[in-house]
Amino acid sequence: MTIGVKLLKRPRAQTSYVRATLKGMALTLQHLFRPKVTMQYPEEKATDDWAISRRWRGTHRMLTDEQGRAKCVACGLCPQICPANCIKLVPGEDEQGNRYPLIYEIDEFRCVFCGYCQEVCPEEAIHVGVHYENAEYSRDRFVYDLERLCAQTHAVSTLWDPSDPKGE
Amino acid sequence: MTFFLWTSIIKVVVVFTAVMVGVAFLTWFERRVCAWIQDRLGPNRVGPEGLLQPAADGLKNLLKEETLPASSDKLLFLLAPAMSFVPALLTIAVIPFATPLPTPWGEVPMVVADLPVGFLYILAFASLGVYGVVFAGWSSNNKYALLGGLRSSAQMISYEIAMGMSTVAVLLLAGNVALSDVIARQQQSTWFIFPLALAYFIFTVAAFAETNRVPFDLPEAEGELVAGYHTEYSAMKFSMFYIAEYSNMVTASALMATLFFGGYDIPFTSWDNGPPWTIAKTLATLAMFSLKVGCFLFLYIWVRWTLPRFRYDQLMALGWKVMLPLALGYITVMATAIWLLHARLGWNYDARFALALFSLNVLLAIPLFFALDRGHLISGSEARGET
Repeated sequence: MTIGVKLLKRPRAQTSYVRATLKGMALTLQHLFRPKVTMQYPEEKATDDWAISRRWRGTHRMLTDEQGRAKCVACGLCPQICPANCIKLVPGEDEQGNRYPLIYEIDEFRCVFCGYCQEVCPEEAIHVGVHYENAEYSRDRFVYDLERLCAQTHAVSTLWDPSDPKGE
Repeated sequence: MTFFLWTSIIKVVVVFTAVMVGVAFLTWFERRVCAWIQDRLGPNRVGPEGLLQPAADGLKNLLKEETLPASSDKLLFLLAPAMSFVPALLTIAVIPFATPLPTPWGEVPMVVADLPVGFLYILAFASLGVYGVVFAGWSSNNKYALLGGLRSSAQMISYEIAMGMSTVAVLLLAGNVALSDVIARQQQSTWFIFPLALAYFIFTVAAFAETNRVPFDLPEAEGELVAGYHTEYSAMKFSMFYIAEYSNMVTASALMATLFFGGYDIPFTSWDNGPPWTIAKTLATLAMFSLKVGCFLFLYIWVRWTLPRFRYDQLMALGWKVMLPLALGYITVMATAIWLLHARLGWNYDARFALALFSLNVLLAIPLFFALDRGHLISGSEARGET
């Protein structure tokens, strides 16, 4: 044989072509009629045996109080801890001395979705969300301002809890 | 004469359209079956159950950019898709697909060209198909494409012999190479699959190799050769190779049905076998023929998504060391048996004749499949370990 092929030592009694072929054909034929695992995505987003995790960290959401104002007190912890440096916060103060964000922007393209901002927030204001459909027509639409963050309605992520590691 | 001319033109147009539409749906069917085998759903978005997917694919291919590699041989590069496309479609011309259709002006035989040399014509044109592949591989000036073309020519030439030889037994039984006579002989009593079971096995394996389908798809082995001979092709030219591959499958399936499974014959009835011809008979036999061809096409797809590819040396060993001697030996045995039964014992071809040959086939098949299975004939690995 002129072609150099690596040959494996295998006893002839164990080699099988016809039986192995028939076995394989039978197996694929069975699979032809088995229930399919495909999820018809845009129509169905969860099935009986699969749903998106409650700990999914997606695009952010700012929670609001009863008056519809952002819960944020502009303490500055989230831009401080953010490893991607994607949060822009300019704090302001009203006449009573309450701090509030003048500008609060998150660049979702820079964000690495680590969820530290949610973990560090003392007011439970900023959250990462259980959300993944983020298509936009232009890049600048991915810088979410405060109004947009407050207007998000999707569920917020349940972060990992050390006392309940499996999320039960 | 004018009647013949007009009916021929109409038949050419109708058969061409039917084959092209069939091929289009075959690509859809292949993707669906592949998906089902892998527990997926496959393309089901464009149109009902994805049936318009081929139309979308075709439109995409028409709109895509045609590329022409700078250092390619321009003439052969442009010629190659046509060279594989045309023979693939031409071969379908001699296959009868239904009983004659009665019209007010006379009977129309349901075959595009009822050539007296039918089967030889198919062998001749099937071997032309290799030119398209070789031209494509060579003119692309791409080493992978060239390797694909080389493999293809070697493979097709090797298996063509076994394919031709395996059908000699059919012609011995039919007594004629005209495919209408082959079908007529099978209609009289038994399909040739029973008396010539082993010939069918050899023919199927060779036909898989001839059409470059898995497990013999070495010319386009993706893992080794990018895409093989059509690596450099894009848009409609690429699509033409695709259509050629699928038309070859249709032809090979139609041949299997015609040579071994009675063509358009409806089993268990003799209602469809003789005149007077009616439209109902034509339609029923056409449906039967389509069903048979469909079954073989499904077999093609099923095998493709089950079996792994042969290694190149195994392919050649199987072709030259197993298939060719097997086909030659089989012809010898069968010719002797037919001579004994027909000339010596004076039997005509009927159920008894078929049964006698079938038992002979079974006797031959047992040692053959035992040897094949154990790897005595095609070594998987161990036999040539000394190199």
